Amino acid sequence: MKTATFRHGIHPGDHKDYTSARTIQKLGESEIMIFPLSQHIGAPCEALVSVGDRVYVGTKIGDCGAFVSAPIHSSVSGEVIKIEQRRTVNGTLANCVVVKNDFKNAAEPSINVPKDYEKCTPEEICALVREAGIVGMGGATFPTHVKLTVPKDKKIDCLIINGAECEPYLTSDHRVMLETPEQVVLGLKIAMRATGADKGYIAVETNKADAIKLLSSLVENEENIAVRPLKVKYPQGSEKHLIYAITHREVPSGGLPSDVGAVVLNIDTTTAIARKFLYGTPLIRRIVTLGGDAVKNPENYYVKIGTPISWIIEQNGGFAAEPRKVLAGGPMMGIPLFDLDVPVVKGTGAVLAFTSDVLCLQEQEDNCIRCGKCVSACPMNLLPLYINDYYRINNVSMCEKYNAADCIECGSCSFVCPSKRHLVQTIRLAKQEVISQKRERTRLQEAAK
Amino acid sequence: MNVEGKLAVSSSPHIRSKNSIQDTMLDVILALMPAAFAGVYFFGARAMSVMVISVASCVIFEFLWQKLTKRKVTIKDLSAVVTGMLLAYSLPASIPYWMVVVGAFVAIIVAKQFFGGIGQNFMNPALCGRAFMLASFPVAMTAFPGNQMNIFQTDVVTTATPLSGESLYTPNAFHFFLGFGKSGCIGEICIVALLLGGAYLLFRKVISWRIPVSFIISVFLMTAFFGGGGLNAFEALFSGGVMLGAIFMATDYTTSPVTFWGQIIMGAGCGVLTCVIRFWGGYPEGVTYAILLMNALSPLIDKITVPWKFGEVRAR
Repeated sequence: MKTATFRHGIHPGDHKDYTSARTIQKLGESEIMIFPLSQHIGAPCEALVSVGDRVYVGTKIGDCGAFVSAPIHSSVSGEVIKIEQRRTVNGTLANCVVVKNDFKNAAEPSINVPKDYEKCTPEEICALVREAGIVGMGGATFPTHVKLTVPKDKKIDCLIINGAECEPYLTSDHRVMLETPEQVVLGLKIAMRATGADKGYIAVETNKADAIKLLSSLVENEENIAVRPLKVKYPQGSEKHLIYAITHREVPSGGLPSDVGAVVLNIDTTTAIARKFLYGTPLIRRIVTLGGDAVKNPENYYVKIGTPISWIIEQNGGFAAEPRKVLAGGPMMGIPLFDLDVPVVKGTGAVLAFTSDVLCLQEQEDNCIRCGKCVSACPMNLLPLYINDYYRINNVSMCEKYNAADCIECGSCSFVCPSKRHLVQTIRLAKQEVISQKRERTRLQEAAK
Repeated sequence: MNVEGKLAVSSSPHIRSKNSIQDTMLDVILALMPAAFAGVYFFGARAMSVMVISVASCVIFEFLWQKLTKRKVTIKDLSAVVTGMLLAYSLPASIPYWMVVVGAFVAIIVAKQFFGGIGQNFMNPALCGRAFMLASFPVAMTAFPGNQMNIFQTDVVTTATPLSGESLYTPNAFHFFLGFGKSGCIGEICIVALLLGGAYLLFRKVISWRIPVSFIISVFLMTAFFGGGGLNAFEALFSGGVMLGAIFMATDYTTSPVTFWGQIIMGAGCGVLTCVIRFWGGYPEGVTYAILLMNALSPLIDKITVPWKFGEVRAR
């Protein structure tokens, strides 16, 4: 099979066998559901309900006037019991609507199936996608309608569905492709119409051969849609590197995919678009891979957004062994949790619990031996060892010269380092420092004018 | 769920490759093995004892220094073993044992530990040790043990060629390739053994092709143009320390550039300097000083060969 890919990258071993053959299980519902009012990049939402209000499945409970934002919907029916500051997955506090589930699953009466997407204008499609609260579900949670709204001075010719799922252990996108492939294709067609893209690609790593086969058979008669097998390599699912693999175009440094005429959507995001047009339902569920060596029964779960992570683990039978780390997301870029009562949000594709057998908890760094493994791993073609060195002597201007701000924080450099040096960790700090100093410089320049 | 205080929270990535410095060094040691056997085959038990003494004194010096200066003892990473082997490989088998110990002292203490230990030295420790010995004990360092057909002294390629016809037995390039018909240092004698080790290192991705290939090509071209044509050029590759240097010395991580073009420049520079010293310098030996000079240039080479970042092409 001819496979597309990018330069550099690593092979962390995919560890997907535990759950790749497990069909998606519908999990029951927790009594207490928590809906953070900020589950996306952009302006946080204002609560549209107050304590004591009744909500239904699909009731909009939070929204905001800003363009870069997405509304929040209730995933159960019940009563709003609290609106308060609570801890969320990324460790910060956010305003949350807490709903007591009445287990009746009464649907919001105002939900209706929109008209056929082929009769919608691109603007109407974008408005409906925003109304459904759809954001990038690969983890970045960028509002999808913003991606689909093409700026006037740009043209999109290529829409890519990201089925790479390059993080180890993760299988939720794989299962979605296998179990609802027609929704993937429909979502792609809707997105192509919204952006005016004349070519659509579904890009899947070859370790998901069954999904490639199934999707290929579905799009056999579609002239402008193709399934593209990708080489199994991390970080193949990185937006910029996926675009490069498919089109051989490089998104310019500091630019957006639309600068090279491409839009990339995650698999589950695409099916969420399809469900809005099929059933009128907003984004209220997601597929979560529960895995890792500390988990009793690794599964792919259909989880309602707002379900506390601790509740999911209890339903699974508790931990098999005492976990040392619990992650929201994959082992390469996931967020470590210190409080398991936080809810699943739109960007939570996996909950992984690991004992110290799998993790690398070594804090002691050895000397850098300049082996250059980080250099040949870096997908952005940076020199991680030098940025690390310069940051440690506080030389931010050299960090800038060595392009610290372009780091995508994939962690490949740290993964391959034989000396276990904290490469991506320091580069992340360097990146923030470089960006803030740059901002300060422009501010001063503007003040001087 | 009560997990308070039990969960570790640290920056991603949460998993790492199992690869360690020790694994890398172990690979290098394995790759050096064929040349060790060849050395013993050609020079007998004395080659063996030189290697053992060299490795042992390197490890002991590193241990003692780290104990004395109250630093973490890092002899487990096996880098001192590699240094010891490389030092022995670049010595004649007849070298007095005490000189080997002096060389090991210079390599480990002066070249490596004075600068901060593994990863911090700016010149290859083994070659530093050898250079020191060459300057201090020139006679012992160039007196090679009796060889039945000792036509060659180190790598003075230009003084005698197989085409001279003076000897009853004229070794050809193929004999050189196997190690017959020439003399030299313990580890550099058998080209096949070195190539075998190099192939293993390439296969295990310990080294890349860039430094060895550009090194070898530049020696070949330089000899072809300035050293007497194509036939000589082949022999230039198979005599002296070119192969040992190109595969095992110039590729030393710490003292070579990390960028793609930097490594090409490193290899080519080593090759050119080797030939410049061979043809126009006063020394018969070129490889050692060529690599040491390029070692010193490595940080600069890295600086001028910073690769274009992803997405830079269009932005310019």
